Amino acid sequence: MKSAADYRLSQLDELESESIHIFREVVAELERPVLMFSGGKDSIVMLRLAEKAFHPARLPFPLLQVDTGLDFPEVLATRDAWVDRLGVNLVVASVDQAIADGILVDDGRTSRNRMQIATLLEALESGGFTAAFGGGRRDEEKARAKERVYSHRDEFGQWDPKNQRPELWSLYNGRLHEGEHLRIFPLSNWTELDIWHYIARERIEIPSIYFSHRRRVFERDGMLLSEHPANPCREGEVVTERTVRFRTVGDLSLTGCVESTAATLDEIVEEVAVARVTERGATRGDDRFSEAAMEDRKKEGYF
Amino acid sequence: MDLLRFATAGSVDDGKSTLIGRLLLDSKAIFEDQLEAVEATSKTKGYDYTDLALLTDGLRSEREQGITIDVAYRYFATPRRKFIIADTPGHVQYTRNMVTGASTADLGLVLVDARQGLTEQSRRHAVILSLLRVPHLVLAVNKMDLVGYDQEVFERIRAEFVTFTQRLNVPDLAVIPISALQGDNVVTRSENMTWYDGSSLMHHLENVHIASDRDLRDVRFPVQYVVRPKSDEYHDYRGYAGRVASGVMKPGDEVMVLPSGLTSRIAGIDLFEDEIAEAFPPMSVVVRLEDDLDVSRGDMICRVKNAPEPTQDLDAMICWMTREPLRPRQKLAIKHTTRSARAVVKDIQYRLDINSLHRDTEARELGLNEIGRVTLRTTQQLLVDPYEQNRTTGSFILIDEATGNTVGAGMIN
Ligand SMILES: Nc1nc2c(ncn2[C@@H]2O[C@H](COP(=O)(O)OP(=O)(O)OP(=O)(O)O)[C@@H](O)[C@H]2O)c(=O)[nH]1
Ligand SMILES: [Mg+2]
Repeated sequence: MKSAADYRLSQLDELESESIHIFREVVAELERPVLMFSGGKDSIVMLRLAEKAFHPARLPFPLLQVDTGLDFPEVLATRDAWVDRLGVNLVVASVDQAIADGILVDDGRTSRNRMQIATLLEALESGGFTAAFGGGRRDEEKARAKERVYSHRDEFGQWDPKNQRPELWSLYNGRLHEGEHLRIFPLSNWTELDIWHYIARERIEIPSIYFSHRRRVFERDGMLLSEHPANPCREGEVVTERTVRFRTVGDLSLTGCVESTAATLDEIVEEVAVARVTERGATRGDDRFSEAAMEDRKKEGYF
Repeated sequence: MDLLRFATAGSVDDGKSTLIGRLLLDSKAIFEDQLEAVEATSKTKGYDYTDLALLTDGLRSEREQGITIDVAYRYFATPRRKFIIADTPGHVQYTRNMVTGASTADLGLVLVDARQGLTEQSRRHAVILSLLRVPHLVLAVNKMDLVGYDQEVFERIRAEFVTFTQRLNVPDLAVIPISALQGDNVVTRSENMTWYDGSSLMHHLENVHIASDRDLRDVRFPVQYVVRPKSDEYHDYRGYAGRVASGVMKPGDEVMVLPSGLTSRIAGIDLFEDEIAEAFPPMSVVVRLEDDLDVSRGDMICRVKNAPEPTQDLDAMICWMTREPLRPRQKLAIKHTTRSARAVVKDIQYRLDINSLHRDTEARELGLNEIGRVTLRTTQQLLVDPYEQNRTTGSFILIDEATGNTVGAGMIN
């Protein structure tokens, strides 16, 4: 006879089960879902969970990528490999295209990351998408820690953090009015370490820049940024070659790397387990402008 | 390593967020950049000490007002367990957010300020935790540093709380004297309270026995989604996807599908590419049946001689969460497991007085944050169990059809 203790899931299995439940609930209840896919580790894990949720059927929704024009080529390569393998439809919304079409104005001061917001909202609206899966995790940032799994957005794509719908048990409320949409966060309860444990366990293909490699970098605001034509050095900044890896991937001009010799998944898990600085604090310029940088961007419609 | 979900509860300023900050800090779940940020903020605001609550109070308005408005979910792990914490607001205005955080908790952590003792809000939260059937409860008597670590103060609050909870349904209660700010009895036993011989809060959280909280006997599998690949390779595949609410399911088991009442056997259970030998809560799986039955979302798979009750009449405790009161004849949308329907309020049987636990049978409505026993009639049959037996098939939410907001939480009697 088995005992009750034999019927407990490991924490990774429990997180997996919760995420799969969320995917199925959304597809059953909402008309036009889409998965926001950046090609980073979180969106890849999210895609893997979606694959599991509907197997052996194909994914019942397309992927949407916001192309900042400054994406790492390694990330785009991994994205294409995933899209090929799953045979899914990929919609690319390009910031450059939005500027060319006059939807956005590049004033030379606004970061690409910020211009992503308008591009994203435009793509969601023109695609008629009512639910957009995002790879945000609550452990990433203090404003994200407050967000529901089903996060309601008004017709301007805005989040109202002081007025969120109660979310009880696993009974999600997918009611919408015309023009509104939901952001869905299936990875809400995962931590950075859970993500890495899962990638290692499932042998999931991720972009090579997460592993240690030699790269020409320069220091800015305490971050190590890649040498790149779109990212010219300012006075006093010196390019050197170092052994680094990325903890998050985003816009090339804002995403820093860290010095690291972790070249395998096991070494990364080990490194993350003892890390003393958050992934965003270490490497994301966009979160550093003010204490509520993330909250402000989220209110406007950021991922 | 397993997972324990817990939620904080208690009045405004009893120290919930500070305690969570302390637990995160002492379990090394706080990163240097996060700590530096709150140290800097505390300094700018002219505080004498680092305000650990700033570690979880992440919204701008929360930091401005120094209170928690909405639940913050935080995470930490020790070698024994991973913890998901819901740090909930104490302010009565935000009770619905407290209910949100507590609904999925394995353990409720009620804080009381040692100087104040039990307040209306600590009682309200204890009542909510017991209604939600959160299986384990901890009362942490906080700010012991401000009462000179006095044992008598602690004993008095403990006795009062124990008396109060005797009238509630609280299967497991631990009472711990702490100082969230100073760290006494949070991770390690305090030198300042040698009269206390129980375990520290962290030790309790790591060791509380949760394996038998789940029902492994009564099979309940609400069908979420039908998987039909429509590809050549899986031409005839038809699987029922869902999350096991309770019970253990195995291939070969004889099962019944509700509401049709048709029976079949489980042909196989799939978890992605693997066929598995058994499925148990809270696994998300795909179940295949031997016979070609008409099964769709909202149906329930269970055992032949052990089924939930199909009913259109609900008798439930309702926690009301919006300003516009709940009244007889009101019509609402209802979501129960994977089934959605409409409901009309037939009767308010009574409103519960949080302090005295008195049942006011004269009440004609339920206001914001009030709790009462209500009868509803639904447009469709729902497949229900009493909430005390099953937190999944015994719970539902009520949705305002005009605004789309979630306005009520229901627990079936
Ligand atoms: N001296 C002392 N002060 C404490 C202790 N715990 C909390 N405080 C202080 O009490 C005040 C309120 O603490 P919070 O943690 O914000 O209270 P809360 O329970 O989270 O409040 P809400 O979330 O708004 O309901 C802060 O100034 C804390 O520093 C303690 O153990 N000792
Ligand atoms: Mg608080």
